[in-house]
Amino acid sequence: MRYFITPALLIALKDLYSEWRTRQVVVTMLIFSALVIVTFSFAFDPTRQAVEALIPGMIWVITVFAGILGLNRSFLSEQKQDQLHGMIVAPADPASIYLGKVIANYVFVFVVQAISIPLLLILFDFQVPGDYGWFLLILFLGTFGFICVGTLLSAVSIQSKSSEMLLPVLLFPLVTPIVIAAVEATRIVLAQDASISEAFSWMQLIVVYDLVFFVAGFLLFEYVLEV
Amino acid sequence: MIETNGLSKTIGEKTIVRPINVSFQGAETVAILGPNGAGKSTFLNMIAGLIKPTSGLISFHGNALKKDDYTLKEKIGFLSHQSFLYDYFTPIENLIFFGRMYKVENVRERAKQLIDEVGLKLFQNEPVRSFSRGMLQRLAIARALIHNPEYLLLDEPHTGLDQQAVSILNEVIKARQKEGVTVLMVTHDFQQVTDTCTRALIMRNGRLVDDLSISELGQDTLDSRYQAVVKSS
Repeated sequence: MRYFITPALLIALKDLYSEWRTRQVVVTMLIFSALVIVTFSFAFDPTRQAVEALIPGMIWVITVFAGILGLNRSFLSEQKQDQLHGMIVAPADPASIYLGKVIANYVFVFVVQAISIPLLLILFDFQVPGDYGWFLLILFLGTFGFICVGTLLSAVSIQSKSSEMLLPVLLFPLVTPIVIAAVEATRIVLAQDASISEAFSWMQLIVVYDLVFFVAGFLLFEYVLEV
Repeated sequence: MIETNGLSKTIGEKTIVRPINVSFQGAETVAILGPNGAGKSTFLNMIAGLIKPTSGLISFHGNALKKDDYTLKEKIGFLSHQSFLYDYFTPIENLIFFGRMYKVENVRERAKQLIDEVGLKLFQNEPVRSFSRGMLQRLAIARALIHNPEYLLLDEPHTGLDQQAVSILNEVIKARQKEGVTVLMVTHDFQQVTDTCTRALIMRNGRLVDDLSISELGQDTLDSRYQAVVKSS
């Protein structure tokens, strides 16, 4: 724990503080989200049926594409002065670097979601039917899985000179199952007449995916650093 | 004491370091000399745990260096070619981050003391991105010392330093030597070797080709000995 949780929290806090100072990542992600919302608001006639069909996809387009902007920067910031090597020689479990980055990346995406999703719902005049809890749970689980895979692949792609191009190429095939499951589960909980039990199988898929890739990230990260 | 047994590194088909057996006692300051590409930095990086050896063992006080031996890593201070510092942080913030990674107590006071020691007190609240190469190197030295390491591994520490900073660094090295710290220093600067080191190793083509006691040699003798060893065969 001494060499795992504490370094992970320090790395996460370091990234959050750095972002607070520079405001480079979250602002870019927010601008992208705003662009998506504005584009879609002009592209579709906002009838109830159209909005209901559109909102789940838009939420996950914002999460995935804005998330990639953040993930691309995640390890680039550790490259200029070989800071990653500074962490490797420090008394910290390599998996703690992964955990710290997952926490920081999740917070960045969470901030973007916390601002852009309410804005999206307001602009499209859409009320979440029933309990917000299921919607928020799906949002958390889907985002967490995406960040787990994205953080691991971000560390892999950083070894390449064209890392910003490589990350989406590696990431999209792997996140497709979770994106499909998250969109389907979100569509069900946001539909007026659907029963929540219909979303359970999709949520189970997301949970299994999250567990597999979170554990894989822990186990594989030290080998990624050795590349 | 640091000991290497058959330590070697091969990348692809190229052998960077051929098996090296050497030991360093406490309170020794050892220069690792050699021409470019001799394998000096790779040798130091393997001792720091940054590069995995292809074969051989590194032990500290008889305990083999393992990747998950974090208590041993707490005792090693490493200065690389790169500073490991974050551009947007001030010197204080950088040192506090690394100090906390090494579980340093009273880290803020320790950071301030080191910043003072390396002569950056006036700049302690300036972001590091505005620093010159020499100022970065001073701060990187402070970073390597933040946790009071028992073993100090320095890769070309005098690079980019002005005369004042060189003398500060030499004082720092001598002070650590008095405290019993083992210092290994990759360098090309013979003047600093004779000023601070007690021993010099010469590497060539990945091999350890000479092991000299500095106290018995002057700079001219070291230089001629180095030239003779490096140019032979």
